[in-house]
Amino acid sequence: MNRDSAGREVSRSRRGFLNTLLSVSAIAWLGSVFYPITRYLFPPESHEANVRSVKVGMVGNFEPDSGTIFKFGRKPGLLIRTPEGEFRAFNATCTHLDCTVQYRQDLGQIWCACHNGKYDRAGNNVSGPPPKPLEEYQVTIKDGEITVSS
Amino acid sequence: MTKKPVTKALFKWIDDRFQIQDLVEFLRHKQVPRHGKSLWYYFGGISLFFFLIQVVSGILLLLYYKPGEDSAYEAVQFITAEVEFGWLVRSVHTWAANLMILSAFIHMFSVLFTRAFVKPRELTWITGTLLLFVGLGFGFSGYLLPWNELAFFATKVGTDIVGAIPFIGDSALQLLRGGEDVTGATLSRFFAIHVAVMPAIFTLLLSVHLIMVQRQGMSEPENWKKLPEGDKRYMPFFPHFLLRDLLIWIVALNVLALLAILWPSELGLKADPFLPAPAGIMPEWYFIFMFQTLKLIPAHVLFMEGELLGIFGFGLGAIVWMLLPLWIGHKVRSSTVSLLGILVIIYIVGMTIWGFLV
Repeated sequence: MNRDSAGREVSRSRRGFLNTLLSVSAIAWLGSVFYPITRYLFPPESHEANVRSVKVGMVGNFEPDSGTIFKFGRKPGLLIRTPEGEFRAFNATCTHLDCTVQYRQDLGQIWCACHNGKYDRAGNNVSGPPPKPLEEYQVTIKDGEITVSS
Repeated sequence: MTKKPVTKALFKWIDDRFQIQDLVEFLRHKQVPRHGKSLWYYFGGISLFFFLIQVVSGILLLLYYKPGEDSAYEAVQFITAEVEFGWLVRSVHTWAANLMILSAFIHMFSVLFTRAFVKPRELTWITGTLLLFVGLGFGFSGYLLPWNELAFFATKVGTDIVGAIPFIGDSALQLLRGGEDVTGATLSRFFAIHVAVMPAIFTLLLSVHLIMVQRQGMSEPENWKKLPEGDKRYMPFFPHFLLRDLLIWIVALNVLALLAILWPSELGLKADPFLPAPAGIMPEWYFIFMFQTLKLIPAHVLFMEGELLGIFGFGLGAIVWMLLPLWIGHKVRSSTVSLLGILVIIYIVGMTIWGFLV
């Protein structure tokens, strides 16, 4: 048996029970404060539909040996016309640290200005820090109009 | 000290209630050691001065700045081009930020080389390094606020690095960016972090740091401590040291004004998520050594992605650096400490120069 401040005997089990109750309440209280705050900090899922396919333009608008950035939903895409006239499209986000790449005619390569990463015209990482090839999109040409789809 | 009756009465009124006589006695007796390395004592104060400039110029910028994808760049343009002396306020804010980081670095290394971080000043060092980290965070979060091209890509890279942390990377990235990509949501967050969260943390850390410095007094260099009592020279803190502090602050203000006027900050082009990263893109100078290191690490090192290795390296380095006084005590020779300091400086300066040249 323990004694309370007035010297009365208090059963150990009752004190233990109250301490447990108090601790559990304190944890629950902290949880009820911090859970909403934590949830609030994470933004809600975007309801924008994921874009699967985009019309980029007519074949005649693109010079051979050139590259153009286009909007693929919320992400930038890169359309390349090779010197042979073939079209290829990629996700323009560098696989290294999220910068947007560009086509460099002088190198004949896709280049990222942020950390000097280089990819060949097929999107394969060939030098610098990028760890993976660029994500490739499908290119279809119908009646001279180019459509890029993932 | 003779006081005028009014001042005396006012002092008595306050002293009756708060007993500030103790504080006056403390200031009256506070001494600062005088020796060949006394100059280094001033750099903490200089950093503090630039921080105060940041508070004032930051509040002034707040009066016109509007966060948001469609308003931030335009607001900064308005401040620079239309508001009277707006260009000066912005330029002072940018330059003082750079000078604050620079003088904090000098302060840190002077503390390292004079071995002022060892017992009993471990916590002063730790709060100091935390202040530097928060200071770098200030620089990083403030960099995005004009919403220009450079800021946009610097923030993409900087936050993407966080995303590479195993397990919590994705959540941390969402938390920082306010979504998957760097957008207006990121700008709002960075604004809140820059003007509310960081100032609160910084002020708290700074108060603790300064109270510790006041409580323990200035650190004395080893060889000075060994001098016989009669040969030790001191300077009263009040008013001698404080006046010298103020004088240096005036010099610092002049340097700041000169830089801000001769090289006002530029704004560049507005951020456009659908343009490629511009050639010659670079972060602020104090991040370049890390940026250059990231450029050099190959895509894969053994079983790890190079990027991850870089992040782990810097994270670990920062923790080791912060906890320096816990593993370097009085027993470690000062030449070893100096060698460590010199190697770190060579690495930082070397990588920074390399980063600028390439």
